Amino acid sequence: MSHPATLGESLETQAHGEHHHEHHDEAPKVTLGFWIYLMTDCILFASVFATFAVLRNATVGGPTGKEIFELPYVAVETGLLLVSSLTYGLAMIAMEANKLKSVFTWLILTGLCGLGFLGMEVNEFAKLIHEGAGPDRSAFLSSFFTLVGTHGLHVTCGMIWLVTMLVHLKRRGLSAANRIRLMELSLFWHFLDIIWIGVFTVVYLMGVA
Amino acid sequence: MDLQHLIFGKLNIDSVPWHEPIIMVAGGGMVGAAVLVLGLTTYFKAWPYIWKEWLTSVDHKRIGVMYIILALIMLLRGFADALMMRGQQALASAGGHGYLPPQHFDQIFSAHGVIMIFFMAMPFIIGLMNIVMPLQIGARDVAFPYLNSMSFWLTASGAVLVNVSLVIGEFAHTGWLAYPPLSELAYSPGVGQDYYIWALQISGLGTLLSGVNLITTIFKMRAPGMRLMDMPIFTWTTLCANALICAAFPILTVTLALLGADRYIGTHFFTNDGGGNAMMYINLIWAWGHPEVYILVLPCFGIFSEVVATFSSKPLFGYKSMVYATVCITILSFMVWLHHFFTMGSGADVNAFFGITTMIISIPTGVKIFNWLFTLYRGRVRLEIPILWTLAFIITFAIGGMTGVLLAVPGADFVLHNSVFLIAHFHNVIIGGVVFAVMAGMNYWFPKAFGFKLHEGLGKVSVFCWVVGFYIAFMPLYALGLMGMTRRLDYMNNPVWHIYLIVAAAGALIIFVGILSTIAQIVVSVIQRDKLKDVTGDPWGGRTLEWATSSPPPFYNFAELPPVTGRDAWWTLKVKGEAHKAPAHYAPIHMPHNTPTGFLIGVVSAGLGFGLTWHIWWMAIGALLVMIGLGIAHSFNENRDYYVPSEEVAQIEGAHLQRLKVEA
Repeated sequence: MSHPATLGESLETQAHGEHHHEHHDEAPKVTLGFWIYLMTDCILFASVFATFAVLRNATVGGPTGKEIFELPYVAVETGLLLVSSLTYGLAMIAMEANKLKSVFTWLILTGLCGLGFLGMEVNEFAKLIHEGAGPDRSAFLSSFFTLVGTHGLHVTCGMIWLVTMLVHLKRRGLSAANRIRLMELSLFWHFLDIIWIGVFTVVYLMGVA
Repeated sequence: MDLQHLIFGKLNIDSVPWHEPIIMVAGGGMVGAAVLVLGLTTYFKAWPYIWKEWLTSVDHKRIGVMYIILALIMLLRGFADALMMRGQQALASAGGHGYLPPQHFDQIFSAHGVIMIFFMAMPFIIGLMNIVMPLQIGARDVAFPYLNSMSFWLTASGAVLVNVSLVIGEFAHTGWLAYPPLSELAYSPGVGQDYYIWALQISGLGTLLSGVNLITTIFKMRAPGMRLMDMPIFTWTTLCANALICAAFPILTVTLALLGADRYIGTHFFTNDGGGNAMMYINLIWAWGHPEVYILVLPCFGIFSEVVATFSSKPLFGYKSMVYATVCITILSFMVWLHHFFTMGSGADVNAFFGITTMIISIPTGVKIFNWLFTLYRGRVRLEIPILWTLAFIITFAIGGMTGVLLAVPGADFVLHNSVFLIAHFHNVIIGGVVFAVMAGMNYWFPKAFGFKLHEGLGKVSVFCWVVGFYIAFMPLYALGLMGMTRRLDYMNNPVWHIYLIVAAAGALIIFVGILSTIAQIVVSVIQRDKLKDVTGDPWGGRTLEWATSSPPPFYNFAELPPVTGRDAWWTLKVKGEAHKAPAHYAPIHMPHNTPTGFLIGVVSAGLGFGLTWHIWWMAIGALLVMIGLGIAHSFNENRDYYVPSEEVAQIEGAHLQRLKVEA
């Protein structure tokens, strides 16, 4: 490699020296395993989506989607999540270039976007519950809160992972193990983005149509 | 009062059913047995051994053995429930009221189903997969050994919750699938339903992680040269069953989570009011439940395929058609779930569609039956215990399959739905298919796991009692079903049915003798282990790679990954005269360290389930945080693996080869 060696790279070569065999073995194994896990998660979401599709009109005299959804608000939420996917992508590019510092920067930006998204979601939920449109009001609202909440719970897990990831990077730099972790978290984060596109379309856009 | 609620939730001194003598005796027996085991472990100072070699082990063989021990214990518990039900129905069908009050009878049939499927059949099969599959593909462990240990301990934690429910509180009285609205808070306000939900959620998570783990193992860790079409059939069926686990278990997770939400936060998914839709639960649970049937039975087909080929001393007939049949069943299993509720008014067109898809499944299954028969045909069949189970299976399963095709006709199903004809049918396929298979598998692979065979005479007694007992116990139920007897009756005053129920109870007692002989078989075999010793590692003249290792295999399985050039790799090596050859030199072997994390997460998860069940929020939240903390802490463990030095490998292998020479 022609560019000057960074901290991450030196750790990386060190790791190469010590454990020559395993991470050539580990990375494809972990990645396949993680992909299979993501597909199981996909089926989990599919079940919740199906539930929402069945119950979306069961408003039993309570508010309908049209009455409670504020598209501009949700659009900002969506924007935050999309930007977080972009920043995560940039973190991965920085990882490829062995720039540990920019990996940190992009990851922290990703985390802030995720935090903003979660904050807005919690705020939306709180407002709805305050207005008497909580999950116990109707089957429609039960399924709405569950679908959006399941996604939110995943983002929360992603945030916990992200913080853990930062500690890992702080301790070991761009080691082989950390590169695998960054890759899996990246898959997870983009996966949640794709799920959100589905939520935004099926719940919000089709809900106000 | 408030403080008490904060600390103990819904739990108080009256939660223990002191006034029910049957429960107290059973519970006392369970606690006594647990105390005895713990006491003996302490007395023999075996804790360091148990901790180091078992509780914290990430060795797939050890984990597999623990799965099977769990399954055998739960078989006793689930079978005790069966005997009680048979007893109650025999006593309460000719004027008497039997000895079980209705609320207890309802808990017994619910617990029986849940235990037998989730905590007997599943652990038994996952245990066999764990022990055998990595050996069959020539791997040194599964892809994620630590995850494997966690999977087991989560399953065990679910089983513990079910057993705790016997003594503290109650179990669900809603049947093994807990249909709403009965399972909703309005009709099941007790903790039994919550025990059900959390026991299945926790063990279900373990099963799902197993699925991810074993698929990755098969795709990434096969011995050099082994193509997919070279894999032993048991490995193929393991792959398909685990694909089904990954596709189906998330649906179960969601279904139970939605039911839980209804009960805990007042949502309206399946309630009668608020726009809930109970039929959606029934669709969702069977979208998991039908594939679950094949998760159980596909690996069993794999076991029989291995046994039939080995004991006929010839390659399996129609290997490719066996693989395609397995894959077809895997796919079709997702297209038939509605046949579980033909009577619920989906209309003739929908019922006809699902009736036809159901009947289509019998085609690949029939292909398999013929493959086994043609393998036996003109083979030199050695009638050892595993093949006896297999012969019993082929006949019994064919009968069960035919009654299944009968039930697949929607018109017939309207008459037979929820009758004991259905009970007879699914016991016919589950006992004939799954139980006979795991017994065959246990007898077949026991010498591999422990280094000595199981006692043959007692094994034969077990086969005989199970087969005869099964027919006497369940054939009367077919007749009763046709006479109109519905399932789950705790009281029926019908003298015409009485004699059939007496016969069925007698059959259950014969099966009980079969179970006792299996236990006696294990105990006697341990005592006579020197006489039953297997030095070669290949006691049956095996064909697949698990027989290439010593028995029990060294912790690293293979000193050198075995070269594979086609199917029946071990047989090929034997024919070429290349078996049991020491390699030119031994290389260091890369192995994972043991870790207590999986065990600890499992233990704490039982606290999570218990806290949630009893609304003890500090316990639930605390347990969840500890589990997350343990998982994160484990990710910081840098010291996960090590190299076994080549000298140690050479020593272990040399000793084995020396024993082989002495034997020869």
